[in-house]
Amino acid sequence: MSAPTLAARPRPWADGSAAATRVLLKLRHDPAGIALTLAAPVVLVLAFGYVFGSAIALPAAGDYREFLVPGLFATIAFNVVPPMITMARDSGRGVVDRFRSMPITRVAVPFGQAAATAVYGVVCLLLMAVCGLVVGWRIRTGLGPALGALGLLVAFQFAATWIGMHLGLLIGKEETAAQLSVLVFPVGMLSNVFVPTTGMPAWLRTIADWNPLSALTAAVRELCGNPVAPTNGAWPLEHPVLASLLWTALLLAVFVPLTTIRYARPR
Amino acid sequence: MVAAVVAEGLVRRYGPVPALDGLDLTIERGGVCALLGPNGAGKTTAIRVLATLTVPDAGRATVLGHDVVREAGLVRRSIGLAGQHAAVDDDLTGRENLRILGRMHHLGRRGAARRADELLERFELADAADRLVKTWSGGMRRRLDLIASVVVAPPVLFLDEPTTGLDPRSRTAIWATVGELVTAGSTVLLTTQYLEEADRLADDVVVIDGGRVVATGSPDALKASIGVRVEVVVAARSDLAGAAAALASWTGIEPEVDEIGLRVRLVVVGANVALPEVVRRLDAAGVTALDVGVRRPTLDEVFLSLTGNTRAAEGRAA
Repeated sequence: MSAPTLAARPRPWADGSAAATRVLLKLRHDPAGIALTLAAPVVLVLAFGYVFGSAIALPAAGDYREFLVPGLFATIAFNVVPPMITMARDSGRGVVDRFRSMPITRVAVPFGQAAATAVYGVVCLLLMAVCGLVVGWRIRTGLGPALGALGLLVAFQFAATWIGMHLGLLIGKEETAAQLSVLVFPVGMLSNVFVPTTGMPAWLRTIADWNPLSALTAAVRELCGNPVAPTNGAWPLEHPVLASLLWTALLLAVFVPLTTIRYARPR
Repeated sequence: MVAAVVAEGLVRRYGPVPALDGLDLTIERGGVCALLGPNGAGKTTAIRVLATLTVPDAGRATVLGHDVVREAGLVRRSIGLAGQHAAVDDDLTGRENLRILGRMHHLGRRGAARRADELLERFELADAADRLVKTWSGGMRRRLDLIASVVVAPPVLFLDEPTTGLDPRSRTAIWATVGELVTAGSTVLLTTQYLEEADRLADDVVVIDGGRVVATGSPDALKASIGVRVEVVVAARSDLAGAAAALASWTGIEPEVDEIGLRVRLVVVGANVALPEVVRRLDAAGVTALDVGVRRPTLDEVFLSLTGNTRAAEGRAA
């Protein structure tokens, strides 16, 4: 048997696509994983849409569930947990070390994984949209703005994946990452996803208004023509689409370098 | 010919504790070299430095002449690594695991598929190849991990405790695999806590303790270095003195006398001690021996004597 020899030239695209394939193959073996990812937002639709929602009055006219569903899209896009756990597991089990000892373009691996996670995110968002339609959410604008909303969500999710991967590398242990994942939920609560921020104490309202999740949620509501929350004069909520794009760019500008350096650096 | 691995004065500290404390190492090409040492001796850190995963605080190291820090990219083109964990994807099949690594090694989609089939067939994992790895046994996973490190044949292969925690059968299978890789021309540096493993596989053994090399040599040379153990059991207490005197006058070493067990023991270094000769000497001295043992040391004893000595030396220094 003549064994192939080691490659001479770097080929980032091949490395990235192999890393993406790795993530997508795993998902194909585990369709239940998609169901689990969707389980939380669906439970939230039921809990907030029908239980708490019955006692929540929107400041302006509009259906609460139609107000809620765009927020759940945003929480799916902000779901840093799966990439965090995947990266922590790879790091803890020596998979990252194996890749790092190979002559591959190092940046390509996290890029490939982030791209694959974005593909997965589109599937989750579309399934969530179907759930939304069932409970009364509607697109009241048109195809263009709706696709714009989808684009914003996917771009934001791509950026959020880098936060997840960075955290996963920092944590380095699957079990710890899983335990920390419950802390993600409060981030969703500190926003306009479930209720308008108007009623919150001023200091909390400032945090919530500047939460990237709030801008993204407001952007999706605006683009789909759903009921919006009052902006309280906060800049990100006055210009939600622009703010979402800026948040996405900022997160990428911070976490892509951090993650790739952390991934490649010898320890 | 340039050596497979050279390390000079490698130092790596984790906090105040040095994992490597001036490690010097030269491994020629071809064959298996075992890095032997107790837990915490610095074996894994040494492998990590050589595999470009950790940067040393001081000293330098080369793999096939390439510096592991300055020419890390070149080093990575020359090495394969199987770490302490089975670094394979549980959520993929064995075949998919190998195909993805093949693609990362730029074999192309079809080349990677062909290579995966070839490896699975050759290392007898073909039957399980299309099952998810999480359904595999621990031994099979470790073998897959080992094979994953040779998807492209690396001239130098690092294996960090390849058989720790495996049952004897899986261990034998791993040994056979390592043997095949060496036949195919790889130089293998493996770490182990198992003396038997070093004895079976290694052409050379490097004993490390406290982040430093304490002995180097072939397993046989290391055994010879701590000598042959002679033990005589006598019938009566009155024979002890005679036996001890006979052995002392012959070897020039004062034996240790165990009054309760009625035994006389000594260790002879650097001389050839044969059982019949011992018996003849005792006879000549008129000693009735119930049992005479002449035993070459096991690698375990070599190991304990070597690593025990450095511990004791450190104790004195402290």
